[in-house]
Amino acid sequence: MEGLLQQVVNGITLGSIYALMALGYTMVYGIIRLINFAHADVYMIGAYVGYFCMTFLKLGFLPSLVIAMFVCTVLGILIEKIAYRPLRNATRISVLITAIGVSLFLEYGMMFFVTANVRTYPEMTGIMARSLKLGNIVVSMQQIILVSITIILMILLQFIVKKTKIGKAMRAVSMDKDAAELMGINVDSTISFTFGLGSALAGAAGVLVGVYYNTINPLMGTVPGLKAFIAAVFGGIGIIPGAMIGGYFIGAVEVLVAGYGNSMYRDAVVFAILILILIVKPSGLLGKNTREKV
Amino acid sequence: MTILDVKKVTKSFGGLTAVAKASLKLEKGELVGLIGPNGAGKTTLFNLLTGIYTPDSGTISLYRDSQEIMLQGLRPNKICNAGLARTFQNIRLFKDLTVLENVLIAMHKNVKYGFIPSFLHLPSYKRQEEELINDSIELLKIFNLDDKKDELAKNLPYGEQRHLEIARALATNPSVLLLDEPAAGMNPAETAELTRIIKEIRQKFDLTILLIEHDMSLVMSICERIYVLDYGMVIASGTPEEIRSNKRVIEAYLGEEVNNA
Amino acid sequence: MKKLVALGLTYAIIQILIMTNLISDYIQATLVTICINIILAVSLNLITGFTGQFSLGHAGFMSIGAYICALITMRNPTVYGFLIGVFAGALAAALMGFLVGLPTLRLRGDYLAIATLGMSEIIRIIFLNLEITNGAAGLNGIPQFVNWTWLFIFMTATVLGISNFIKSSHGRACISIREDEIAAEAMGIDTIKYKVIAFVIGSFCAGIAGALYASYFYFIKPDLFGFLKSVDILVIVVSGGMGSISGSILAAILLALISTYLQSFPEIRMVLYAAALVAIMIFRPQGLMGSRELSLELFGKLGDSLKSKKGRV
Repeated sequence: MEGLLQQVVNGITLGSIYALMALGYTMVYGIIRLINFAHADVYMIGAYVGYFCMTFLKLGFLPSLVIAMFVCTVLGILIEKIAYRPLRNATRISVLITAIGVSLFLEYGMMFFVTANVRTYPEMTGIMARSLKLGNIVVSMQQIILVSITIILMILLQFIVKKTKIGKAMRAVSMDKDAAELMGINVDSTISFTFGLGSALAGAAGVLVGVYYNTINPLMGTVPGLKAFIAAVFGGIGIIPGAMIGGYFIGAVEVLVAGYGNSMYRDAVVFAILILILIVKPSGLLGKNTREKV
Repeated sequence: MTILDVKKVTKSFGGLTAVAKASLKLEKGELVGLIGPNGAGKTTLFNLLTGIYTPDSGTISLYRDSQEIMLQGLRPNKICNAGLARTFQNIRLFKDLTVLENVLIAMHKNVKYGFIPSFLHLPSYKRQEEELINDSIELLKIFNLDDKKDELAKNLPYGEQRHLEIARALATNPSVLLLDEPAAGMNPAETAELTRIIKEIRQKFDLTILLIEHDMSLVMSICERIYVLDYGMVIASGTPEEIRSNKRVIEAYLGEEVNNA
Repeated sequence: MKKLVALGLTYAIIQILIMTNLISDYIQATLVTICINIILAVSLNLITGFTGQFSLGHAGFMSIGAYICALITMRNPTVYGFLIGVFAGALAAALMGFLVGLPTLRLRGDYLAIATLGMSEIIRIIFLNLEITNGAAGLNGIPQFVNWTWLFIFMTATVLGISNFIKSSHGRACISIREDEIAAEAMGIDTIKYKVIAFVIGSFCAGIAGALYASYFYFIKPDLFGFLKSVDILVIVVSGGMGSISGSILAAILLALISTYLQSFPEIRMVLYAAALVAIMIFRPQGLMGSRELSLELFGKLGDSLKSKKGRV
């Protein structure tokens, strides 16, 4: 029983990371129907910025987090402007291939500059190094902080999307880009904003992962990115609460499979979930089926 | 002899009922019109007949060689093979392919060679390909498109694209042809040419034709019977004269200018 | 007729170069890579370029062909074993293509891409964990049976087979799916059947390529056939032109040459590759050939225009 609860704690922690990343995927897909392969690499760059801030600038956790989020926001907006905007009217395959290209560019560009070697985040001190013991379950302060920050960010996101003008614009553009434009909404800025928002969350996830798991490398985004995308699909691509639910679900599944099943097949199980969802209900848990008008 | 029998077909999307218990019947060889205001459900009805949508209830029967074929629930390609072909309201030609290729693709069901001959280009393949190409060119001649056979479909002028849509549907060798607003966007001269073509193909290919149109002059001049759809329901059916003077139809759709048609 | 002569000449010239040791081992390896990539690119082009189904898992099918062939030839190191290995590998890959294709081919473009990527990863993870495939360490010492002759035969057979298929009505059916799936269905084309057929043919050929790879480079491991390999093949197809067989051939040759040139700068190579990919998609998405084919007529036309420019002699 305690083993299970411990796994649940770990699952929630991992799920938070996936949820943060899944949000970025789902928002971008919702607004321009693109699977942003480069999103995982924005996450990686966030981790590196955090590392840089903490190791060389000797900044604390929170300032590093904020700086990383800021840098990633800018990066996300830049990527959209340079690589995706010119292809706004191209075929879906073209944009997807471009996204792959951007992803590879970021990964190998990073490898060129910082080498493929693994870097280690500096030791956390003070409150970040403590943990709580509840019976036989150990919950580290890092886990608590990670989950709390995630929840705060998600609440902030919900607020922006539901209660602000730009949030309304985001929802309008995802529903019908042309109609939104006719209503006077600046579609370009709205899309840029969406990218920026999603990238900020990815950046946060990167720093949190760096602190929690300690090591980072230029290719760290690939597998988690894919899983986070699967989480977004599971919850319903384009639907924000779906990404949150999906993230925690995938996190839980992964931890349970690794803990109770065969950790070798941990990743394969997540991919199998993807295939299953795409076959049974491609619109995801919370999704609705939309038909092409003929 | 009835060739198409649509009984009480209904289709809803979420809360919106697009087609409500619509029934219609086509006798072999007839040229029937389907009119109604925009949003009445005419194209949705076509989509139901051709398998793009599955009706929530109701049946669609096609009669061929005295056999009844139930079409509801079948995939579009099966319905096409059963003998029901259509054109699209918003032209759906294979734009980046040539005129000839568009027709050749529709002739696919006539192909008897399997995969091995196509990998190896055996004589049986070569013979059949030649036949297919000749048949396609003959078909294009009716629409005066044979000299443009190697032209890309997207480069054709609008009127000829509409003609190609019809030619392509004809290539599938149908017994019933559904035309969805074939005269849309055409000027009077083009419409007159289209009218001539429709009459010619009906006779030449022994077709039964169901035609959606907004151009009343075309409808009234060639349709033997007309069904009127409004809010997904058939509100009237009869000869052009009967429809012209039908109060409900005038209210819903035709308006008072019907005397000029 | 012209085609046969050109083919025969190509084979003969290279065969002579090899037999007289004028081609170094290094260039031979590059030649093998080019031929294998041609098979991979043309088969992926059938699926993605001609039928419009976006597959990101081609390397998975290649790995099935590679492993099956390797396992068979390691137990039966004869030419017959090799041939059985190639065909068994190809058939296994085709079977996988069928199993993968049937449920996933009703998905829309980007979803299909992710599904095929997922399948390819599952295959890779399975190979990583099976005992018979020796896991991450891979299989070493695979008997080498591939020489220029076999390479040429398989490459020509695949390219000609697919090219002929495309020209036939079955091929046109596949192309119509890419152009407008709904219209194709309405014209009587069984789109599901043809999507699966394209997938099966494509994966069959990828299996052949994998088997050839294993039987020349004598060492395979699961990581060789990951997402990056699938992307590699996709880059060739895209830069050659989706829907152009000659484009794929040209691009395979060109990219192998560029790759060799950049061999000395490995880190920069991938960065340039990636940047080039993005640039191609933005500035010339139709690649080298678009969906047109290079034909000998083109050379004829070039010759004519040159003649007329030179004026009369």
